[in-house]
Amino acid sequence: MKAVEVRELVKDYGNFRALNGISFEVNEGEVFGLIGPNGAGKTTALRVVATLLQITSGSVTVFGYELPKEAGEVRKIISYLPEEAGAYKNLTGKEYLNFIAKFFGDGEKSQDMVQRGMEISNLGERIDDKVDTYSKGMTRRLLVGRALMVNPRLAILDEPTSGLDVVNAQEVRKIINSSVEAGVAVLLSSHNMLEVELLCHRIALINDGKIVASGTAAELKKEYDAGNIEEAFVKAIK
Amino acid sequence: MIGNIVKKEFKELFTLATLIPIIVIAIVFASVGQSIGSIGERLEEKPVVGIVDMDDGDFSDIAMSVLTEKAEVIYDGSDAEAGLEEVREENGVALLVIPENFSQNIYANHPGEIEIYWIMKGAGIMDSISSGVVEGLIQAVNQGISTELIQEDSSFDPALVLAPTQRVETTFFKGKEIEGLSSSQLGNILSSQSIVIPVVVMMLIIMAGASVISSMGMEKENKTLETLLTMPVRRSHIVIGKIVGSALVGVIMAAIYMIGFSRYMSSFQISNINLADFGLALGMQDYLLVGISLFVALLAGLSLCIVLGTFAKNYRSAQALVFPITALALISMFITMFKDFDTIPAVLRILVFAIPFSHPMMAMRALMLGNYPLVIGGIAYNAVFTVIMIAVAVRIFNSDRLLTGSVQRRVGLGKLVWGLRRQ
Repeated sequence: MKAVEVRELVKDYGNFRALNGISFEVNEGEVFGLIGPNGAGKTTALRVVATLLQITSGSVTVFGYELPKEAGEVRKIISYLPEEAGAYKNLTGKEYLNFIAKFFGDGEKSQDMVQRGMEISNLGERIDDKVDTYSKGMTRRLLVGRALMVNPRLAILDEPTSGLDVVNAQEVRKIINSSVEAGVAVLLSSHNMLEVELLCHRIALINDGKIVASGTAAELKKEYDAGNIEEAFVKAIK
Repeated sequence: MIGNIVKKEFKELFTLATLIPIIVIAIVFASVGQSIGSIGERLEEKPVVGIVDMDDGDFSDIAMSVLTEKAEVIYDGSDAEAGLEEVREENGVALLVIPENFSQNIYANHPGEIEIYWIMKGAGIMDSISSGVVEGLIQAVNQGISTELIQEDSSFDPALVLAPTQRVETTFFKGKEIEGLSSSQLGNILSSQSIVIPVVVMMLIIMAGASVISSMGMEKENKTLETLLTMPVRRSHIVIGKIVGSALVGVIMAAIYMIGFSRYMSSFQISNINLADFGLALGMQDYLLVGISLFVALLAGLSLCIVLGTFAKNYRSAQALVFPITALALISMFITMFKDFDTIPAVLRILVFAIPFSHPMMAMRALMLGNYPLVIGGIAYNAVFTVIMIAVAVRIFNSDRLLTGSVQRRVGLGKLVWGLRRQ
């Protein structure tokens, strides 16, 4: 079964067409990247799959559940990490993980999730400090931990390493890779085209609401005779 | 350089979004002021009274001449019942009865009794102005009689000369006949009893409402709302959870505020009148109704705040959205303080009833006078208002508006209710 199937997806904001008939699939246990510049439609596509936005036309299914009809079922098996998101500042890191875990289960199940979240975020004793006192990197690690601790079948990550320094970005990439090894499908967006080569099994290049090319990094570089994905993207949109 | 910064600040702050609420509130306050009327005009108006002179003596003649000069006398006869009826029909303030032996008693060095039957229409501050003018009339009568006593004979008791009459008062108010209290005294008691509630409700709504709207702004700014909306939880549960959580915080804040404010108000209490003696005390079920009215109004206000909060783009824009709530709370507070619900014009009455916060403000006074339909009706209205607002909020939470500021589809009321049930 496909983790995500998007067919001819159109999303309008009033008169503005943010997505213009895009189609792509994400397989189970795969990292699929939507790559493109700011305003290309990456976040919109991710928000639609994450059940946050209505569909203007086209279809989206997540593990066979159709959106928006079965949005409730989809929410049980996905985890969404918005770009540059924060957490509740008056809660400690652990309290925040607890708050989220309770949506997915009670008692031992919830405690197991929190434990996993603490391990993934690797904040040590700082997990008992208020989120307000965290650095940007620590907050991001907490949120990645939050997103992956609930054992989602699909993790939707919007610019997961945006704004992080090299060390924290590498840490987050390691966390994502290890969760994929555990069987999680990942749909992520990034405008850092070099980074996605390190993370994604397959890539779709998106520009002006349209997918201009898709395939593995190697296939795209070969198709556009490019040394890297950034070069391939520039050639693809010409 | 400074001019450049001033220009930037002005452009950023002086927007339609900040201007429109101010204009709307200014218009509303102006209309309210016009509808309630001017205190100055009311003080200059002659009070409408009825007079029954059963004495027909020297001093009652003085009283009659003062009263007919300074008041609009709509009844001047000898039948107290008929006089009372006439005063009621003509919307008068009081019937003054000068009983037999009034002059004779004064000549015998005893104060002459004046029976005053007050027809009280409302318990607001503005409602007691006319009765205040009548109180002034009685003073003028006393002055006239005192002057006569001094001119006539110096053997009168000085205490009598200073206070030649005494009043026996009965107040008719909303079907109740309260003996021994003037309408001013009753008005003061009711005002002092009901002034705490409007202020506390106003503060409660503003504080709790501001926290809900700000929390929505913060959630949008931090994108925690996006995360929350992807959790496996019904939208209606998110909305209700936010409202109830804020209501609990609001109740705690109100309790703290109420303790301080009631201590403050008690320092102004000069009346040692026991309300139970006049059938005005509240029972346990009345206090329960006041509590329910307050809680339901809080829920209604917070559900309205949630809807307003969906328009907030961030914490800063959320602050501007608190303004309509503040204005509504202030309008309710001022109207219910200054006028009684029954004595305001019909348009204002509809406005006051429509604002959810008015109901707990009016509840205490209404229950003292046994006006249960107003209180229960207010609770029912606020419950319906809350359900509708929650339905609207849930619908917005299901739409794109929360994240993008625009709605994908237009929805009707039927769909709203259906949406709430589905969620």
